[in-house]
Amino acid sequence: MALLRITSPHAHGPMSTQRVMQQVLLAALPGIVVLTYFFGFGTLVNILWGSLLALSFEALALKLRGRDIGFYLKDYSALVTATLLGIAMPPYAPWWLIAVGIASAIILAKHLYGGLGYNPFNPAMVGYVVLLISFPVQMTAWTAPRGVGEVPGLLDALQACFLPALYDGVTQATPLDVLKQNNSLLIEQLWEDNPIFGRWAGLGWEWANLAFLAGGAWLLYRRIFTWHAPVAMLLSIALLSAIFYDGGSSASGGSPLFHLLSGATMFGAFFIVTDPVTSAVSLRGRLIYGALIGMLVYIIRVSGNYPDAIAFAVLIMNFAAPFIDHYTQPPTYGHRKKTEQH
Amino acid sequence: MLADYSILLIGAILVNNFVLVQFLGLCPFMGVSNKLETAMGMSMATTFVLTLASACSYLTYNYLLEPLGLAYLKTISFILVIAVVVQFTEMVVRKSSPLLHRVLGVYLPLITTNCAVLGVALLNINKDHNFLQSLFYGFGAAAGFSLVLVLFAAMRERLAVADVPQPFKGAAIGMVTAGLMSLAFMGFAGLV
Repeated sequence: MALLRITSPHAHGPMSTQRVMQQVLLAALPGIVVLTYFFGFGTLVNILWGSLLALSFEALALKLRGRDIGFYLKDYSALVTATLLGIAMPPYAPWWLIAVGIASAIILAKHLYGGLGYNPFNPAMVGYVVLLISFPVQMTAWTAPRGVGEVPGLLDALQACFLPALYDGVTQATPLDVLKQNNSLLIEQLWEDNPIFGRWAGLGWEWANLAFLAGGAWLLYRRIFTWHAPVAMLLSIALLSAIFYDGGSSASGGSPLFHLLSGATMFGAFFIVTDPVTSAVSLRGRLIYGALIGMLVYIIRVSGNYPDAIAFAVLIMNFAAPFIDHYTQPPTYGHRKKTEQH
Repeated sequence: MLADYSILLIGAILVNNFVLVQFLGLCPFMGVSNKLETAMGMSMATTFVLTLASACSYLTYNYLLEPLGLAYLKTISFILVIAVVVQFTEMVVRKSSPLLHRVLGVYLPLITTNCAVLGVALLNINKDHNFLQSLFYGFGAAAGFSLVLVLFAAMRERLAVADVPQPFKGAAIGMVTAGLMSLAFMGFAGLV
């Protein structure tokens, strides 16, 4: 082991992984509160049960790999993964569904690749996509938000999670789903006929998205990530939906406001796309990365089979991130660009 | 007309990607993806050969096998056509452009064994594509193969330095990555 001798004064880097992860958890709080208000305690149960499982799986994987369990558990990364997956999953999911998702996220997507910092795919999104492909029925069962239907209480939420066989819930299509199935109505009529669309982009959804936007803005202010990827993603969604808005006809893809504030747009933009490990690294690369995610999300939302596509788009671009980095590497200081070198 | 062909292209590149959705051409996908440079060479060579081979096999089937009532010989004759196309390409490239030969040369013989090439030729017959459609379908299949191969190669360069647990090093983690990618590509379902 090489011992480096450096003279004082030493500047202390305050941003440890632990601190970053804590702040991400904190920034997700407003969104979680809004989701809990509109959809009941399901999301909270998802997150708590998921966290418990995530810590256990993380400890198990670390033990199998012969690493220091205490040190790595304290970096909060497993908790962040569990929280993100818990938010993304529909509330009132059965316990085994969450367990399968967390196991795929922590063991398959993270520890097989060498743990935090080496994973090429966002663990929470891998968990989500594995579940969505394997259990599409359970993964698309969202309950009606407060104002449209009854919101189940805490006991119901616990029963739904741990005794799913005895639980009888009411599910309702999400606004993105309803718009996708729209075959004949003008957008305005659709809004009037379905109370689920709320004011702009869906009852509950619009406020959840605004809350995640607020949390994300705070993270940006704290310089946890740069603005490039999320802004590029939101801009490309807004631009594409503006182009294909079609004046609100029956074939319209939905307004830019709808696409920005519905589904997982803001949550994805500020909590998933900004993942420092799996996104592109260079600033120009992040712009491309974000813009392409926005494009894929819009395309799949409007003409694919799935109502929302943050997870798919992020995974596909995770796959492309090393390639983007390879071609957007800035020249090192003092050197000219590669093309000019002879 | 234009829409038909773009749907055919998008379908072959993304929705029914030959590697990640139809699981064809996995040998070069795993074998030639260790370095980005070689993956680039391989994808260019494959694009060229695949497009040409799908056109040639279409002509062979429709103007030789079908009139003679020998349609049942299509698999074996396509293998022959592909081998000839590959050899012919190699000879032409070597004589006409030494530079291109240096870039593509070593990969050309490997393409003979790429099952995506045979797959495209057979699928063209199954789907009743006309000549132009066969050409586009072949090009789309090759573009999809190239896209995935190049991205995968860039990612494997990063995986090579990752702290992967011993039993999963090398091809194993490559397979896991390909599986996860396959999951992600299922998101394109329903686009065309």
